[in-house]
Amino acid sequence: MDQFTLNLLVVGATFVLYIGIAIWARAGSTSEFYAAGRGVHPVINGMATGADWMSAASFISMAGIIAFGGYDTSAYLMGWTGGYVLLAMLLAPYLRKFGKFTVPEFIGDRFYSQTARTVAVICLIVASITYVIGQMTGVGVAFSRFLEVSNTTGLFIGAAIVFMYAVLGGMKGITYTQVAQYVVLIIAYTIPAIFISLQLTGNPIPGLGLFSNDANTGAPILSTLNDTVEALGFKSYTGQHDTTLNMFLFTMTLMIGTAGLPHVIVRFFTVPRVADARSSAGWALVFIALLYLTAPAVGAMARLNLVQTFYPNGVDQPAVEMTAIENDQNLSWVRNWAKTGLLSFDDKNGDGRIEYKNGDTNELTVNRDIITLANPEIANLPGWVIALVAAGGLAAALSTAAGLLMAISSAVSHDLIKSQINPGISEKGELLAARISMAVAIAVATYLGLNPPGFAAQTVALAFGLAASSIFPALMMGIFTKRINNTGAVAGMLTGLITTLVYIFLHKGWFFIPDTNTFTDANPMILSIKSTSFGVIGAILNFIVAYVVSNATKETPEDIQELVESIRVPKGAGAAVDH
Amino acid sequence: MADKSSSNAYWKANIRTIQLFLVIWFVCSFGFGILLRPMLAGIKIGGTDLGFWFAQQGSILVFLVLIFAYAWRMNKLDREHGVEE
Repeated sequence: MDQFTLNLLVVGATFVLYIGIAIWARAGSTSEFYAAGRGVHPVINGMATGADWMSAASFISMAGIIAFGGYDTSAYLMGWTGGYVLLAMLLAPYLRKFGKFTVPEFIGDRFYSQTARTVAVICLIVASITYVIGQMTGVGVAFSRFLEVSNTTGLFIGAAIVFMYAVLGGMKGITYTQVAQYVVLIIAYTIPAIFISLQLTGNPIPGLGLFSNDANTGAPILSTLNDTVEALGFKSYTGQHDTTLNMFLFTMTLMIGTAGLPHVIVRFFTVPRVADARSSAGWALVFIALLYLTAPAVGAMARLNLVQTFYPNGVDQPAVEMTAIENDQNLSWVRNWAKTGLLSFDDKNGDGRIEYKNGDTNELTVNRDIITLANPEIANLPGWVIALVAAGGLAAALSTAAGLLMAISSAVSHDLIKSQINPGISEKGELLAARISMAVAIAVATYLGLNPPGFAAQTVALAFGLAASSIFPALMMGIFTKRINNTGAVAGMLTGLITTLVYIFLHKGWFFIPDTNTFTDANPMILSIKSTSFGVIGAILNFIVAYVVSNATKETPEDIQELVESIRVPKGAGAAVDH
Repeated sequence: MADKSSSNAYWKANIRTIQLFLVIWFVCSFGFGILLRPMLAGIKIGGTDLGFWFAQQGSILVFLVLIFAYAWRMNKLDREHGVEE
């Protein structure tokens, strides 16, 4: 059986599984549609949160970014896990106690203002759509390779599939679908990593293999990697080349962004008790850590394998011959990825060899988003492993996209239409509005995904910056101070969102349209702060403005102060609503 | 709802716990992984240094311990102050 058929079979089988579960658990009433009837066990909820959380950015893109960025990209690893500590301690239990359906609902009630709720909806939509663009980039990469079509066609197919089951299933469908997706994606990520770690180091645990010795030379693989890439003119793998300022801000942005992303927070509304919200964050991180402890190993080993493929006799010997790339069975992956346009090679100096090195004489260009997917091919692993990775990558991208679309659609139908525009809307009308807003969100994200502002994980990092600057501070202030009032919160959220959005647009182009940018991330507007790292500055501005404005305006009313008192203690939490 | 003085004491104990845990959270990620890495450079591990390990793996393991420790501590506090569900 050829690789193409095998890919189709394995990917097809997993899709049948997800869609089957979605149809089986097809949502009935609106409350089930939004929060899965609030009866989800913390471990199951943690697993679903893990699938929800680990998107194309984590699965498809992150290891590739680490492979080429080394230590400097540690921000992704720390940032996307450390946020769970903040969630567990600062937000999740109190929001569960408050016991409503959506994040804007909490902001609207706590800041006793429809304007605050509307602003929260806007923040949520801006952050979530940016996030979905990143997913679409990943979906495009995955489909283009495994269906052997162009990147654009791959993107359209992915969009259609995301739409189908997000609309069919609703949250309840998604909770159980996502458990299945988690299982598929973690197996798909781990198996090739184990194979590769065994090949290189003899250690079956990739996370430990990273710090082990090369099975052939006996030298630690990280020192081998450093020597190899430095010999080719690249920066050392384990050294720091980014500024400490940017690395610090970027890590913090990703952490507080994690705690401000509505599609993750809404997960903690679905556990039965306040205590479960705390442990559920821990379980989510357990399932996430299984991938995140492996990812740095995947990145480093993929880089080493890539270099060794192009310099089969060592970096001090001549590079691989052009005829080998064109004919050799082991190098078929180079030819296959070249078809998607995401990898290209060009024998510039006409010596019949393809040289991979830093600088103008480099003859090989590799899109970082292909590394995880190409990894098993580079290491010559069996066909079924390659197919499994394809299925895993799609599971990651689709599950997150679906979760985000849920958050967008419930914000529009529940927080905007039902509460403000047309309170008398029927349950059926609300569901219809939810589905229409999903379709619109997918269309916008797909359109913008055709010209993405960066690699999948970078685009997603921008979404975190937006959530970090707008939603996280509002939620935190809503719980931890009584002093912040309606005007302060609205002014703060708008300041955070607008400053961050403008900073991003100045570097990435207005509305992500190429060539409309004034600055670049290589040469940023303020110090060494890249557009992906600005979220935490936006958050600080948000806090300051909210505090100053609140102190200059009327005090929070008595009943709201009591509301804040009550969400701080678990006792009296609403039983699982509509259970 | 629990009476006010007991929930105040509960909230203060919670804030103290959060502060302590956030210090550990910060030191093990931003500290060992980024800011203090040059100082830890002398401690070698598998071809690199301890700071690199904290940045890529160690911090994640610490985060895991922190969340479960917090959940355990808060369940205890909930009961002590009679504010559990």
